Amino acid sequence: MTAALLEIEAVTTDYGPVRAVDGVTLAVHAGSVTAVLGANGAGKTSLLRTISGLERASGGRVRLDGQDILGVAVEDIVRRGLAHVPEGRGVIAELSTEENLRLGGLWRGAEAVPLREVYELFPPLHERRDQLAASLSGGERQMLSIGRALMARPRVLLLDEPSLGLAPIVGAQIMQLIRTLAVERDLAVLLVEQNARGALSIADRGVVLNIGRMVADDAAQALAADEGLRNAYLGF
Amino acid sequence: MTKFIDLTLNGISTGAVYAAVALALVLIWRATRIVNFAQGGMFMVTTFIASSVISASGSYWLGFAVALVCGLVLGAIVERLLMRRVESGPPLNAVIVALGLLILLEALAGMIWGNTPRSFPPAFSIRGYDIGGTHVLFSPNDTFTVLVVIGVALVLRVLFQGTALGLQMRAAAFQPEIARMLGVRVSRMFTLGWALAAFVGSLAGLLIAPSVFLGPNQFDPILIFGFTAAVLGGLDHPLGAAVGGVLLGLTLSYVSGYEGASLVTLAALVVLIVVLMVRPGGLFSSTLERRV
Amino acid sequence: MSSMRSRLRASTGTLARSLGLVLLAGVVLFVASELLDSYDELQLANGAYYFAVLAGLTVLTGLSGQISLGHGALMMVGAYTVALLVGNEQWALVPALLAAVVITALVGILVGAAATRLRGPYLAGATLAFAIGLPALADRFPATFGGENGLVINPPTPPSSLGASFPLERWEAWIACAGALIVLFLANNLLHSGIGRSFRAVRDDEIAASLCGLHVGRVQTLAFVVSAACAGLAGGLLTVVLQLAAPGAFEVGLSLALLTAIVLGGLGSLVGAIWGAAVLVLLPGWTNDIAHSFSLSTRVSANLPLAIYGLVLIVAMLAWPSGIQGGVRRIIGPLRRRPAGG
Repeated sequence: MTAALLEIEAVTTDYGPVRAVDGVTLAVHAGSVTAVLGANGAGKTSLLRTISGLERASGGRVRLDGQDILGVAVEDIVRRGLAHVPEGRGVIAELSTEENLRLGGLWRGAEAVPLREVYELFPPLHERRDQLAASLSGGERQMLSIGRALMARPRVLLLDEPSLGLAPIVGAQIMQLIRTLAVERDLAVLLVEQNARGALSIADRGVVLNIGRMVADDAAQALAADEGLRNAYLGF
Repeated sequence: MTKFIDLTLNGISTGAVYAAVALALVLIWRATRIVNFAQGGMFMVTTFIASSVISASGSYWLGFAVALVCGLVLGAIVERLLMRRVESGPPLNAVIVALGLLILLEALAGMIWGNTPRSFPPAFSIRGYDIGGTHVLFSPNDTFTVLVVIGVALVLRVLFQGTALGLQMRAAAFQPEIARMLGVRVSRMFTLGWALAAFVGSLAGLLIAPSVFLGPNQFDPILIFGFTAAVLGGLDHPLGAAVGGVLLGLTLSYVSGYEGASLVTLAALVVLIVVLMVRPGGLFSSTLERRV
Repeated sequence: MSSMRSRLRASTGTLARSLGLVLLAGVVLFVASELLDSYDELQLANGAYYFAVLAGLTVLTGLSGQISLGHGALMMVGAYTVALLVGNEQWALVPALLAAVVITALVGILVGAAATRLRGPYLAGATLAFAIGLPALADRFPATFGGENGLVINPPTPPSSLGASFPLERWEAWIACAGALIVLFLANNLLHSGIGRSFRAVRDDEIAASLCGLHVGRVQTLAFVVSAACAGLAGGLLTVVLQLAAPGAFEVGLSLALLTAIVLGGLGSLVGAIWGAAVLVLLPGWTNDIAHSFSLSTRVSANLPLAIYGLVLIVAMLAWPSGIQGGVRRIIGPLRRRPAGG
């Protein structure tokens, strides 16, 4: 059993008096997808933001490939091989599609993924490469933000609600793509989703959060089969 | 007719300087969303430094170079030490800090160099060209001014649109958090933005000092003109700043020539108000932004 | 319309309190003026008109959240109005001061109307342009405005009922203080009235305020007009005290010094305006003393007050991360939720 690429231990995050993440522990291995599920406000986004360094944890540890990254600046965590695709896609509207992609790989320099490769993965982006990212549709933006994240050859990929606002078919395609990427590129993927059913169908493990706390941590299939859990927290 | 031509040419060369100041303001606005009113104090100080170096060494170009370097350094220091702390707060804070810095710099300049305006040498001859027998009020120095500003504007454009560094700076300006998530060292980009802006500002100061004389308060109107030009062109559009500068330079030149030099600042105020009322995003804005 | 009238009418409780406040202040000032020597009388007079303009600025910046760097120029309007009316037209003092208030208020309507469309740095920039540009008018029309030297008026003569040897400085101090007391009375009523509440409402949340039926533009313009009227009175009083209205007194440094006094004194309270006025009056004297004890040159001592103002502005904003709005809320009242994404 290889060590997990991403280890989160008893992480706690507070926004003033509000405890958004309360003692969450989980581990993600390379080549696997772990889904983080739960209702709105359960702390899923806060958890991702704490891992990538955008929020400051009040306690616990986060290790990336064995190295402590709690308290390290975002841009440095990213340079250690983590990529975070934020809620709402985080596309920079004022830049062109191609500029957004190039930006993702800049810090990698010559070792970044060639643009050609990303365009092969996402042909619509190639069509719109010189257009401002503001003109892209929701699905195209999702492709752009994932493509941009891949440019730097990350080993850990955090995704925050990638299917949000997308037509169900497109959402499903994105999910499949995430699974494929995780396996083919040996990524440790942490996937936050409201669409629990879709997420569990492509995940290896699942974690359920409620008001910042973990209430379940199991193999994805086991979670999907647990009717009581599904009704209580996952809405299906 | 010759008066009109002279005023037009004068408007172009002063407009080039206003364009430079506007560019400096736009650079900082795009980088950190702050209107740097202290710019007026900053390029006044660097021009004073040039003046002292020139007096001490006898070399204009040495003073010129030193002023530009001081501009870079001063811009970086101001951003790192001061502005960094107010970059993320309410915008009014940054305005007041910039104003405080403006008065502080003017007072310090007064203490070090005195309040009496002094003359400052131009880079080249200020005697107008003689074209086909007519004496034109446009000199080699004016040519230098216009060419330098155009050159700087082009270099900046290439920097921003064509280089990786420029891309990072733009990303840091538009979406600092997302840029950080892509590995961009955003705070360094901010510092660089301020350093570049101060560099451009220093250039403007060196170019305008011969005409307005050098003193702690002498560059205040220039700050206003640069601000007006920036607003005219749109704070988010560097090309607009350049065009705004020239347009304003022409307008003010005509006002000065036909109405009197003392009305010039009020004329700029009128232009400013009209633009902010009618097209707040500037002439080059695509959307009508009512609130900033 | 009737709701407007009821907003105008302050409660009798407030009126009584204001009256009491003014009477108290009046007594203190009267006693002080009897005790002070002539130099300090003039300082008191200076403080009085600074208070007048600062009270107006408090209403504008503290209450309605707008920032103006142009009030030095507005003072100039009032100052020159009085100088022209008293000096050229031989008007009596009180009518001339009233005229200064009215004319500056009219200018305030123009500026205020423009200001409603502008925010933060744009408003600052426009008012800064106004502050830098207006003094140049004196040069443009030197015949009317006396150019660089300005206009001189005769000193106000104390009425004979006070005795032949009544000191001029004390009379000037009384005039200025009378003006300040009037401003104090009106400002205090305003702060505690319906209009004051509408100012605060617009400052804290424009959208919510307009949903409550407040016409945002009109309220903000009104705040500007009120503050302009105060500045006009202050300028007029300045002319009376100095017997001179000259452009040199109204350079941009004055506007910035006023801003510093407001920030330093604490925004949104009249007590803060008093502190601010005290600083403006006393600081040049203190810096002079410091300069002398350290044998600093005049170059340094002349620029020292401005350097200190600059430092104060910087330090105050660094120490107050929540800025003017935050500082105001701490002083005035319960925190209001700011819209998200600010």
